[in-house]
Amino acid sequence: MPVAFYISTLIAIAATLLTVTRYNAIHALLYLVVSLLSVAVVFYTLGAPFAAALEVIVYAGAIMVLFVFVVMMLNLADMTSLERRWLNSRMWIGPGVMSLILFGEIIYMLVAGPVTAQPVHYVGPAAVGVALYTRYVLAVEIASMLLLAGLIGAYHFGRRHGGERPGREA
Amino acid sequence: MVAIVPNYGVWLAVILFAIGMAGLLVRRNIVFMLMCIEIMLNAAGLVFIVGGARWGQADGQVLFLLILTLAAAEVAIGLALILLIHRRYGTLDADALSRMKG
Repeated sequence: MPVAFYISTLIAIAATLLTVTRYNAIHALLYLVVSLLSVAVVFYTLGAPFAAALEVIVYAGAIMVLFVFVVMMLNLADMTSLERRWLNSRMWIGPGVMSLILFGEIIYMLVAGPVTAQPVHYVGPAAVGVALYTRYVLAVEIASMLLLAGLIGAYHFGRRHGGERPGREA
Repeated sequence: MVAIVPNYGVWLAVILFAIGMAGLLVRRNIVFMLMCIEIMLNAAGLVFIVGGARWGQADGQVLFLLILTLAAAEVAIGLALILLIHRRYGTLDADALSRMKG
């Protein structure tokens, strides 16, 4: 189990460095997804499977989809040739190899069983749910209000001002 | 070697946060700056997870969830602002916005 932790740590650092140093936004997003996935594996090795699942679903899934959506939307001109240049086969090698290593780690840990290292305590989803809806109910309500504020703010900023075709988003 | 895994988790969070902050200071593209903020928020969540794993409490994962909510709301607002800036100024360069200061 510590070996899996160290390997995913190294992948996280490498992928994050590559994210920051890319010039192309799509390439950086690919490495950022790999970085978030490796951090999810780190969560799993630290005995937090619920947080690992949320990291994959919300961070690497929903938030990255938003990023890809906006980056694609900002480069509207001549989309097909741009995509062909961005997503050529060489570009997939780096993130693909890193993701394959992470996948191998997950398969290994699923086969070997959920053994965590000695000072690390396993905290399952049930304990998190109980804590979330007993002691942290107020925080959950505040988080929902924050999300509502984000929704209203995003709608307000995304709205076209000036009255020309108000129903159409940019 | 096994006994120091949580400390290494904290070190990983520190390194990720430093990379994110360096990227935020160096990059001038607003999309990249938003990505670096995501990296830094992720590192902050990692610290909570490491703390929860060290003491065996569920509070760390609950606070990670709240950070996740914050990141989702922040990225929604940030991307909407990026679209607005791109529509109004035609560029994603953060330096182009420096004339906004009074």
